[in-house]
Amino acid sequence: MNAVEVEDLRFAYGDELTVDVSKFALEPGQSVAVIGPSGCGKTSFLHLLAGLLRPQSGSVRLLGQDLAELRGASMDRFRGKNLGLVLQRFHLIKALTVRENVLLADKLARAKAGGDTVDTLLKRLNIDAVAQHKPSMLSQGQAQRAAIARALVHKPPIVMADEPTSALDDEHAAEAIGLLRDAVSEAGATLIVVTHDQRVRGMLDRDFDFGASA
Amino acid sequence: MSWLRLALANLGLSRLTSAVNVLLMALGTASIVLLLLVGNQLSDTMSRDARGIDLVLGAKGSPVQLVLSAVYHADVPTGNIDLAEAERWAEDPRIANAIPLSLGDSFRGFRIVGTTPAYGALYNAEIANGRWWSGSMEAVVGATAASAAGLEVGSTFAGAHGFTDGGHSHDSALYRVVGVLDRTGSVLDRLVLTSLDSVWDLHEPATSTARSKADDEHDHDEHDHEDEHGDEHDHDEHADEHGDEHGNEHDHEGEHGDEHDRDEHGDEHDHEGEHGDEHDHDEHDHDAHGHSDEDREITAMLLSYQSPVSAVSLPRQINTTSNLVAAAPAVEVTRVLQLIGVGLDGLRAFAWILIVSAGLSIFAALYGSLRTRRGDIAMLRCLGATRWELFFALLLEGLLLTLMGILLGLLAGHVMVEVLGGWLEQSRGVSFTGLIWLPVETALIAGLLAVGVAAAAIPAIQAYRTDVAKTLAEAP
Repeated sequence: MNAVEVEDLRFAYGDELTVDVSKFALEPGQSVAVIGPSGCGKTSFLHLLAGLLRPQSGSVRLLGQDLAELRGASMDRFRGKNLGLVLQRFHLIKALTVRENVLLADKLARAKAGGDTVDTLLKRLNIDAVAQHKPSMLSQGQAQRAAIARALVHKPPIVMADEPTSALDDEHAAEAIGLLRDAVSEAGATLIVVTHDQRVRGMLDRDFDFGASA
Repeated sequence: MSWLRLALANLGLSRLTSAVNVLLMALGTASIVLLLLVGNQLSDTMSRDARGIDLVLGAKGSPVQLVLSAVYHADVPTGNIDLAEAERWAEDPRIANAIPLSLGDSFRGFRIVGTTPAYGALYNAEIANGRWWSGSMEAVVGATAASAAGLEVGSTFAGAHGFTDGGHSHDSALYRVVGVLDRTGSVLDRLVLTSLDSVWDLHEPATSTARSKADDEHDHDEHDHEDEHGDEHDHDEHADEHGDEHGNEHDHEGEHGDEHDRDEHGDEHDHEGEHGDEHDHDEHDHDAHGHSDEDREITAMLLSYQSPVSAVSLPRQINTTSNLVAAAPAVEVTRVLQLIGVGLDGLRAFAWILIVSAGLSIFAALYGSLRTRRGDIAMLRCLGATRWELFFALLLEGLLLTLMGILLGLLAGHVMVEVLGGWLEQSRGVSFTGLIWLPVETALIAGLLAVGVAAAAIPAIQAYRTDVAKTLAEAP
């Protein structure tokens, strides 16, 4: 069973066809970079994979589950349990500390990893020193690591990242992708990175040129 | 990590706004609690003090003033009445009990009431120390009066004219405390009780066995009549025209209220006339050798009916066929409470305006913070939070602000009433406590929480309806 399986997926904002993917599949543990220029619909594709958008046609299956069959709270719970999301702007909860942000993700995923697991994860990602800091006190790199910790805390089988290198220089871009790849690989999860950054090409198991898929 | 922790953390992001919202809610809550506690206790106190008193007989004048002065001891009396006439009504078969009251003097602001032990029985008063009086110039003191005035069994004191400090003092005839009452929670706690004879002996020198006529005349020559009556009297003229050799003939005319004009007043006068601060007395011609029992005067007579049916006919009969006024406390208290109620309603409306303002402020704060937290809300959905969880998370923030305001307001309201009660007890003899819980306060909390829910509802609905994909694309 594939971890991700997409068939004839189409999504449009009004009359403008944004996503048109005939076939896309990933085996468990595989990592892929979905690469395409800005505005080509990559983020919409990611949102479709995460069940945040509903396609006009086609299907998305994650871990054998057709997302079209999930509605409302059951979709939210499926996403919380099985997906780890690292977004371009991180969206760490401003009122909470790094540690609390990670604990909150654990709670919402109903994973019950607990404080010790969180502390171990923060240490592994080398942000244990800022565990009690609010997001506003973090550097870009620390915030990114915190977002990765939040995406991995509940050990999801699939991790998705949206433009994780967009604001980073070459050195840090490679470091960020390496960090994601290693952390996800360690957890045995599938990784999908959506980016317009050509520097990512070749860093993961596969590259998927989004513009060329239609 | 809990939703409560998240809500508290979010509120902590804008501490000043949250604090203002809590204070606004607390202010409204405290105002309502204060009004509830004071209004309720005032009503209870008035009902309790009037229990067992169906009718009050007094001098012609305002029935409200008569009830306030004779039942609650909170106003100046309307004047004096003829004891014999009052007793004729007391012996009416429709009357079960009658208690005479003779007022006019006080000690350190606590009224001295000439009466019978039946007055104590009316409030189930029991002696804590000592005994009831058995002779003239013996006094039994209420619990509050005893502690505040420092009176105990064996103490002696001089009564002073009028009901406020500063009146002329009867230094030559001292009361002796023979008993102190247990606290009754009624007006009795603030009174000094004595026999009717004590008052008559003190104020009717011609018949007094305790004082000589010469002493009496000496004392009265030295009286400053305005001082005797304190703030309650304004003696415009003191004419000697009534100075017959016994000085008992007088003509008192007066008005209700705080200003009392006594147009004519002999130097040698009968102090009974001073009992009534509102004087509307017909001329009292007294025999040259003082009062006989038939001439005695009292200030009021408290009556209770044999049957409630008597209320239909007796008051009207008394009012139309005698020189007395018959006032029903139940009726007059209702009238007073209605008057007070108008004021309380106004204050209550103002307090609710404060609460609604607090609700609007909470709404504005949550709505504003939601705009800056759109990304957070969308992220929570990405992490697995359901729409309803986000709805309740926002509702929880509104409820927390409201609840903190309510708790602070309840505390402030009760403390204010307790402090106010202590001050009023010292200065006015009126007792309120903040250390009680009214059932209506539970309903009030429910109502205030509803305000909080209403204030948070629209932001909560917005959180529920958040379009995650669109928000993530737009949110900073």
